[in-house]
Amino acid sequence: MPEPTTIYIKPTTGFAALNLRDLWQYRELVVFMIWRDIMVRYKQTALGAAWAIIQPVMNMLVFTFLFDRIAKVPIDGNIPYPLFAFAALLPWGLFSTALNTASRSLTANHNMISKTYFPRLVLPIASVLSGLVDFAIAFVILIGMMIYFGVAPTAHIWWALPAFLLLAIITALGVSLWLAALNVQYRDIGYALPFLTQFWLFATPVAYSSSVVTGKWQWLYSLNPMAGVVNGFRWALLGIGTGPSPELWLSVGIALAVLVSGLVYFRNMERTFADTI
Amino acid sequence: MTIAIRVENISKKYKIGTAPGKFRYGMLRDQLAALPRKLFRREEGRAGVNFIWALKDVSFDLEEGRVLGIIGRNGAGKSTLLKVLSRVTEPTLGTVAVRGRVGSLLEVGTGFHPELTGRENIFLNGAILGMKRAEIAAKFDEIVEFSEVAQFIDTPVKRYSSGMYLRLAFAVAAHLEPEILVVDEVLAVGDAEFQRKCLGKMNDVANQGRTVLFVSHNMSAILRLTQEAIVMQKGQLVKRAPTPEAVDFYLASGQAQAGERTWQAEDVPASAAPFTPIALRVRDPRGAVADSFRSAEPLTLEMEYRLAAPITGLRVGIYLSTVRGEYVFTSFDVDDPGLYEKFSTRPAGTYTSRCQIPADLLNEGRFILGVNASSFGVKRYFMDENALALTIDPMGAPGMQWAEPRNGLLRPRLAWTIEEKE
Repeated sequence: MPEPTTIYIKPTTGFAALNLRDLWQYRELVVFMIWRDIMVRYKQTALGAAWAIIQPVMNMLVFTFLFDRIAKVPIDGNIPYPLFAFAALLPWGLFSTALNTASRSLTANHNMISKTYFPRLVLPIASVLSGLVDFAIAFVILIGMMIYFGVAPTAHIWWALPAFLLLAIITALGVSLWLAALNVQYRDIGYALPFLTQFWLFATPVAYSSSVVTGKWQWLYSLNPMAGVVNGFRWALLGIGTGPSPELWLSVGIALAVLVSGLVYFRNMERTFADTI
Repeated sequence: MTIAIRVENISKKYKIGTAPGKFRYGMLRDQLAALPRKLFRREEGRAGVNFIWALKDVSFDLEEGRVLGIIGRNGAGKSTLLKVLSRVTEPTLGTVAVRGRVGSLLEVGTGFHPELTGRENIFLNGAILGMKRAEIAAKFDEIVEFSEVAQFIDTPVKRYSSGMYLRLAFAVAAHLEPEILVVDEVLAVGDAEFQRKCLGKMNDVANQGRTVLFVSHNMSAILRLTQEAIVMQKGQLVKRAPTPEAVDFYLASGQAQAGERTWQAEDVPASAAPFTPIALRVRDPRGAVADSFRSAEPLTLEMEYRLAAPITGLRVGIYLSTVRGEYVFTSFDVDDPGLYEKFSTRPAGTYTSRCQIPADLLNEGRFILGVNASSFGVKRYFMDENALALTIDPMGAPGMQWAEPRNGLLRPRLAWTIEEKE
């Protein structure tokens, strides 16, 4: 047995150190929690993992009906609308599911928090990452649709898709850390979440093309990292648009700023989680 | 000897309303409304907030390989102390130095998911308790065997009986092998057979030279497993002594005078309402309240209580047990069917339930009186298993012509006859 190390337990003052080393030691727990989320998600449902496909497909059908057939929203390029919408619904689905589960992850596991010690970051991180499985399943449908409509991906797909996926995860995690920590003390977050998600969906060019917003307002999109993600997916997969613009760096910067501030806030609130949850 | 745990001047403050067990969430609205006041009249705003000290200035050292019991009444700060030691919550003041990995068992089955099978939950729960995957895999068979649920190991735990669930949960926890083990009352689960098994396992852990901190209301478990104990009272450490002495100190504490236990408002949990215990007294045949009685004399028990509202089916009773935790008997004031009919609904008011323990019943020794007020199958209003301690003196008891202790808990005066065969 190795010489045991001494741990000092004392009140932390000011801004707590991020202590990511502690998180690294508990990496197996992250894997277990992801695995638990996946195992449990579709238990006792008749359709099982098919829901990972049904949800984005139904969204796509509704969008196609509303925005393409009725509202006749114009889209760029020579891409069928269903494919146009589905390429955006994939990262959006990942993002909104991550936001919803991760923001509630602490309150949903309150007995773990009040009875055992582990880095609390494990919970939101596992919630965000477990959405990747649904993403992968839905991605298979996207490939099928691309073959059906005869659309070939661009050559950038190999680096661009993982990069934009990472940006979506960073954005989701950053926002979730804020919301999850706030939710421990203020259950209002749980009620505000559906509105936030809905509002964010409209502010992101999922159902429509980002080119409908023109001229001097275009820069507003760079404040929303998810707009960059959606445009990036469409560009890499379907060849729509011109690819990453310099404004994308602003989006990346914002996403990272939210993540870092979220980490600091979360760590700082962490010490009172067990008392207030 | 190396010090495994050094606790120095630990205090823990809770804002009233956020203390565990009371669910009141801070509301954003309140915070916003209070903001201007906070900004401009900082001090005044502070004075209005109520705090309780769940722990106050607690210090002690524990050497490696020792087993320390922690005893105290509800709300004395035992659980908060364990939470601080297992890093669930931070102390408000003070430091703790802990040498080695701490495994905490504040609850069994933390993180168990009802939809997952027994096998899956073993891995999940193990990971939550801080075990590595390889460690769990290596101990898997042992855990399953200990839990006695082998044939249901691939069934979701929501199909388990509560006994099976607890056995599996304890089995995982029991196979945790940290240098320091912190245990809270987990032995209060399961049937007697399984409790024995758990105690045996705890004993093994203690014998393997690991440092153990053990909280329990079960005095017999404390006496059996620990050589030394600390007594907590209102957040403070009031005594550290060899276990029998500490247990005695604990049992004698809270008595207004020898032979009388009274309850203050803060000793009674909110869940007891509308029942409020007032006092438990023991009187000798001359009517004097005392804590030492002769085996050969009857003694009278009085339980005084108040009902703020009528209760249907209420029964107020006592447990008599030994200091080692063995029950001698249980009795309720409406055991008699006639009284049960008469008091089927007890109106609001103040009552005294009184009974007599007949002469020549108990053997010499120390006994514990517990109190229970409940409606069978409906609700347990109040329970205090260690309400009062009393000593029985054998003076005048049968067989005193021999200066020997008699085996057994009872010392009845039996009507012997002796016949000689002709």
